[in-house]
Amino acid sequence: MATIELKNLWKEYGDQVVLERLNAEVEEGEFVTVVGASGCGKTTFLKLLLGTETPTRGQLLLDGKPIPDEPDESRGIVFQRYSVLPHLNALANVMLCGELETSRWLGRAFGATRKRLREQAVAMLESVGLGAALDKYPHELSGGMQQRLALAQALIKKPRILLLDEPFGALDPGIRRDMHQLVLKLWREQALTVFMITHDLAEGFYLGTRLWVFDKDRLDPQTPESYGARITYDLPVGDSDKGTLQSISQNVNNTSRLLEGAPR
Amino acid sequence: MKKLINRQAGPVGRWALGLLPFVVLVVLYLVASDARLAANPNDKLLPDLASFVDAIQRMAFEPSKRSGEYLLWVDTLASLERLGIGVVISATLGLVFGIVTGALPLFRAGISPLVTGLSLVPPLAILPILFIVFGLGELAKVMLIIIGITPFLIRDLQQRAEEIPTEQLIKMQTLGANTWQIILRLVWPQVMPRLIGAVRLSLGSAWLFLIAAEAIAATEGLGYRIFLVRRYLAMDVILPYVVWITFLAFAIDFALARYSRWRYPWFHQAG
Repeated sequence: MATIELKNLWKEYGDQVVLERLNAEVEEGEFVTVVGASGCGKTTFLKLLLGTETPTRGQLLLDGKPIPDEPDESRGIVFQRYSVLPHLNALANVMLCGELETSRWLGRAFGATRKRLREQAVAMLESVGLGAALDKYPHELSGGMQQRLALAQALIKKPRILLLDEPFGALDPGIRRDMHQLVLKLWREQALTVFMITHDLAEGFYLGTRLWVFDKDRLDPQTPESYGARITYDLPVGDSDKGTLQSISQNVNNTSRLLEGAPR
Repeated sequence: MKKLINRQAGPVGRWALGLLPFVVLVVLYLVASDARLAANPNDKLLPDLASFVDAIQRMAFEPSKRSGEYLLWVDTLASLERLGIGVVISATLGLVFGIVTGALPLFRAGISPLVTGLSLVPPLAILPILFIVFGLGELAKVMLIIIGITPFLIRDLQQRAEEIPTEQLIKMQTLGANTWQIILRLVWPQVMPRLIGAVRLSLGSAWLFLIAAEAIAATEGLGYRIFLVRRYLAMDVILPYVVWITFLAFAIDFALARYSRWRYPWFHQAG
């Protein structure tokens, strides 16, 4: 059975159609990269996966059941910003998950439990390269290190799926390459199912196993909101040639120009 | 020479410039006091330094002839106790209601309009009601402080709790937190430094309400003393009391600021 299934999924806000007729299946262990112009429903799709938005029509299934309509521990997430808790140091940020699990009323662990959680958290932090920054607060870490911390925090719970919302958008190119290596390493080691939203087409082209392009295949220049975006390309990564990249890039650019109202 | 807008004082210059207005005020006072006393040696409006020393000696370091108490310290203790009880209760109420209304939309819908309405009632206007309901004892004076500053604290903390980024609320849920755990491990720790900031802002009003209540019905307290000796035009007591109250207010504010920096470094250092 597929981990995630989209069955004729629609999302509308009043007259505005954001997503229409999405149909797809994602198997366990796939790494799906979602690209598309701004305003083509990437973020809406992520919110559907998170459960902060619900589909207007159709179904979004996780392991064959409708996805829970509020965030929970089955889906981990790393946002572009504000992903880690500023009032806890790196170690406490990663230990938090276990503390919440073991202590329902205090949300804190003590004694032997605490020691065990600490060891797990230290191991996790070392695997993302933060072994030397255990007692640092997020504001003392660089942007890249904060995202490493966010990954460690999200992954210690071993979520069914990991959602990445433009996680490296605010990072320098060099740091971004390091982070790609790290994400690929963690994905292989932990056999994760990953959805990554990005607006960097090139990123989508070599990271992961599968590339989805969200785009409006019907465009009405007067009322662009009357048609929703669909998955216009669903490609296995590695099989595609330069020509495909160029034509996708062309389509996405056209759509974003139209959505922004620029003359074509 | 650089434009005025680009010129900065050095470390010594900053101290000197900061002290200058105080020195000017003291000198102006002394000159004016001298001039009045030269015209009328019995003038009570602007006493000279010797009278202040005399009054402070009498109030702080000699037992009162009537009651045998050291009045300044008795007054200070009484006032600080009322202020402390009032502010601690207000801060607790502000924290609890602020978090509840800020973090839980259903409670916000139910409680917020009431708090907003209550915060618009001028507290001094209901002081007579407080005296009628709670009598002339300590309770009425503490209640005035509570009624005066709690609505502000609740509204401020509610706003702070609402300002916590949605990303972090979602993050907590993806880590498996329930509502109670989100409040305990995310909202509460993040609004604590905000609470200290809000309390610092509300201390001015708290002193105002305290002195107003003491002026009307009390048997000791800093506000009571000032209004008592006013009848004798005893500026030599009133002015040192005012300076002393100002100093206490400054000391409390300073201590709170320092505590917050020490206890919540992540809040003060984050860009």
